[in-house]
Amino acid sequence: MIADRRFPVRLDLERGTLELSHGSGGRAMAQLISELFQRHLDDELLLQGNDQALFQPPPGRLVMSTDGHVISPLFFPGGDIGSLAVHGTVNDVAMAGARPLYLAVGFILEEGFPLADLARIVESLARAAKAAGVAVVTGDTKVVERGKGDGVFITTTGIGVVPDGITISGDQARPNDRILVSGWIGDHGVAILSQRENLGFETQIQSDSAALHTLVASMIATVPDLHCLRDPTRGGLATTLNELAHQSGVGMQIRETDIPIRSEVAAACELLGLDPLYVANEGKLVAICPPEQATRLLAAMRAHPLGVDASIIGEVVEDPQHFVQMETGFGGSRILDWLVGEQLPRIC
Amino acid sequence: MKFIDEFRDQTLARRLAEAIAAEARPERDYRLMEFCGGHTHAIYRYGVQHLMPPNVRFIHGPGCPVCVLPMSRIDQAILLATQHQVTLCTYGDLMRVPASGRQTLLKAKARGADIRMIYSTQDALRIARAAPERQVVFFAIGFETTTPPTAVAILTARREGLKNVSVFCNHVLTPPALATILATAGPDGVRLDGILGPSHVSTLIGSRPYNVVPERFGIPVVIAGFEPLDVMQSTLMLIRQLNSGRCEVENQYRRAVTEDGNRKAQALMAEVFKVRADFEWRGLGVLPESALTLADAYADLDAELRFPVEAAPTKEIRGCDCPSILRGVKTPTDCKLFGNPCTPENPMGSCMVSSEGACAAYWSYGRFREPNASLSRTA
Repeated sequence: MIADRRFPVRLDLERGTLELSHGSGGRAMAQLISELFQRHLDDELLLQGNDQALFQPPPGRLVMSTDGHVISPLFFPGGDIGSLAVHGTVNDVAMAGARPLYLAVGFILEEGFPLADLARIVESLARAAKAAGVAVVTGDTKVVERGKGDGVFITTTGIGVVPDGITISGDQARPNDRILVSGWIGDHGVAILSQRENLGFETQIQSDSAALHTLVASMIATVPDLHCLRDPTRGGLATTLNELAHQSGVGMQIRETDIPIRSEVAAACELLGLDPLYVANEGKLVAICPPEQATRLLAAMRAHPLGVDASIIGEVVEDPQHFVQMETGFGGSRILDWLVGEQLPRIC
Repeated sequence: MKFIDEFRDQTLARRLAEAIAAEARPERDYRLMEFCGGHTHAIYRYGVQHLMPPNVRFIHGPGCPVCVLPMSRIDQAILLATQHQVTLCTYGDLMRVPASGRQTLLKAKARGADIRMIYSTQDALRIARAAPERQVVFFAIGFETTTPPTAVAILTARREGLKNVSVFCNHVLTPPALATILATAGPDGVRLDGILGPSHVSTLIGSRPYNVVPERFGIPVVIAGFEPLDVMQSTLMLIRQLNSGRCEVENQYRRAVTEDGNRKAQALMAEVFKVRADFEWRGLGVLPESALTLADAYADLDAELRFPVEAAPTKEIRGCDCPSILRGVKTPTDCKLFGNPCTPENPMGSCMVSSEGACAAYWSYGRFREPNASLSRTA
């Protein structure tokens, strides 16, 4: 990089920490942007240095979504807050069947946060965006006083374009439709929990954090008549199914034995008194499609690297009470309810 | 999961269900109380009731420590955190239990009280070591199962000379609660034909303390594990006892429970705790010799002595049937508040808070079977 004459002393990206002046709008902020952010984020529109990005929208309907990321810890097995901030918003855009195009990124940083960690996060965010083929075209940085934030919060806003003829929405589920999931459930939440200091258990489980839009693209190429798509993040699979049932005014009947759950995840949840069906995912989706398309959709999902372990887990049914019911592996049946509060551990 | 899935096997469940259906005599019914919230949870989560013939009924017992804790103790805990500004460490289940004036520990925390959710007593010690200038109080709760870890924490604090740790002790004892329920059973109360006895508690206290149940009350006991197949096998064992006219304590949970229990843990408990003269139980009233407090030698670690607070006596929420539900006299759907307004998001009574409470289990897993369950907040 050519030395910028405005900043005779380079930022100390090894030992330096954030100061309030890095968010003040002055020269220190310009230096942070120049020497840290723009080193990794180099989209043409961003480098123009305007307070907004100007672009010609492509033909088709646009979708837009925003997502705040406040994860703790910031670095976890399988990802970090930077890659997560890209995947989270890309997926929200993709769940309309859209091809994501542009991202806006807002950083809220805490005074005293190590610049080296920030650089790692920005680099990871940039890498995830590049891998997903979305351009980070505008951004914002604020620094709050020490103790008023938790290191790094990142908000991302995404814009994408939906191909003609695709209408995917949470209110489209119809009785007799089939319900599919794209793979193992609960990995992300367990990977995060394993890193919390007061839990003290070790696991090889990695977060499933991933951008799902290419999987979605191959799904809608095979089954354009897809009814619903949603990524089961906070609240897990159970809560997502309840949202869809409520939005579509239907019930659901699912089979516990068909839900892919790794035995390590099941064991960790057993130990902590959690239910994997309520644990967050960051690289999985739930799809609902007409019954006659289910086998083809499943095959298309399994042909994609992010859907290899996809499974048909149940059916949409008529139910004025919009219950999601589950046939248990034990042979009984029960309600799968919305998540209540936080998932709290049992005490005995 | 090895060693867990075996106890949730569908084929075995079907076979046990067939055996129970064959054994249960159609001319009578079987009213069996599962003592523990862990059993209630398993029955609903796995749909065990659904696999029973209609004349085999489970009556839910009081074995959920959160559910039997009277409101005044939560009030006291909130006062500890707010008036004495201590760091209060508690297990997660207690955070949302309603206290007086629609308060909870969670709300007190949101308003600035230093209340931390922990997973183990060791976490409380860690917090105390890291902040010697803070007074750290551990909100100890539970039956015999969770008592030894509290004892270990107290002994560790003493050994390390941690001056900033104390314990708000709410540990309760199983046998007095069981005796109270059986003593009040009868024409006005609940009719019980048999008891599915505690599993984890019994690993500690052993099976011997239950001998009094058949001897004094003429009711058989089967100590039952918490997995769904455990519950089903124990049910079959109880029905067989009743059909053959036997009345004794049997142990289904042999893989963990012995006659004598865990002597080392018992010795620890005896060293650190003493029995209180009496203690208030939600739903059961004030029971003599039914709870523990710190032994005299450890009284300096007793938060109730170190930080005295005055909490008003418990007033139950009007219309809340938790007291009757805890005694097995009523079922959750008998309560006028069930589902509206009382739900796990907005619990009025303690049975709706803990996932092991009978109301929460009914609501979360089984309400689709209830004809008037459409009182749904999503309606």
